[in-house]
Amino acid sequence: MTSPIPTSDRGVEILSWSGCPSHDDALAQLERVLASIGRAEVPVTTRWVETDEAAAAERFVGSPSYRVDDQELVPAAESESFALTCRVYRRRDGRFSPLPDDADLRDALLAALS
Amino acid sequence: MPYTVGDVVESFALPRAGGGEHRIDPGAHAATIVLWTCNHCPYALAWHERLQSVIRDYADRDVDVVQINANDAEKHPDDSFGAMVARVEAGDFASDYVRDEDQQLSKHWGAKVTPDVFVLDRAGRVAYRGAPDADHDDPAQNASYLRDALDDVLAGRPVRLPETKVRGCSVKWIVDDQPNPYI
Repeated sequence: MTSPIPTSDRGVEILSWSGCPSHDDALAQLERVLASIGRAEVPVTTRWVETDEAAAAERFVGSPSYRVDDQELVPAAESESFALTCRVYRRRDGRFSPLPDDADLRDALLAALS
Repeated sequence: MPYTVGDVVESFALPRAGGGEHRIDPGAHAATIVLWTCNHCPYALAWHERLQSVIRDYADRDVDVVQINANDAEKHPDDSFGAMVARVEAGDFASDYVRDEDQQLSKHWGAKVTPDVFVLDRAGRVAYRGAPDADHDDPAQNASYLRDALDDVLAGRPVRLPETKVRGCSVKWIVDDQPNPYI
């Protein structure tokens, strides 16, 4: 039986593809939101996904995607295919965006890191 | 060689979502907008309404507009011709939306990302190439780079900012022999 990962050791992983320009903004957003919930110490790592084969193996629906314990922080729709692409998010005001809404990311982080 | 500012483009025709084709004929219009976009890119979607507003606002200024989707629809089904037709039928586009199925035109022009905007003058010369404005995330930017370029072309002046850095999703090539725009 595998022991659960201690909360203090959990990190957030950003999966990114270099053909999409959103990575730096995604990293900055994640660090800002982690700081806003008092979890600036949480380690953040990046995994680059650069081939179709890797996208399929990683179940990568687009750049950026965020994971804790290999679970998507902001789940994608079932219909999303695995591909090298920029991921489409919807802000809470309905706008399309290459990044999730700060509030959605905050809520997902609070749930995943609790 | 891909087109850059100052080059005179060749005419082309591509099939329209909804039937028929759209032929570019810069000499027949005061200005022409050739815009690469698509259905699934968050940058194209974030800028979409701003761009359609420009097209509507200049509709009575003799500006011809074509919006081109060249993305590989096999890997990205949201960009299939059928999906394009659905968006046209839903009223999402203020101009013709056409398909570059074999991607040859897009490679010839040097299209890099969606959105990627070219403005032509009546001589068919590339007068502007770049992004719609400085920030996809700020609707108040109002596609100002594109509007300024159109105003300058329509007034017969040199475009004040003829080239800006594009920002968006790379065009999804069937044979990916094009440089990554971000490396």
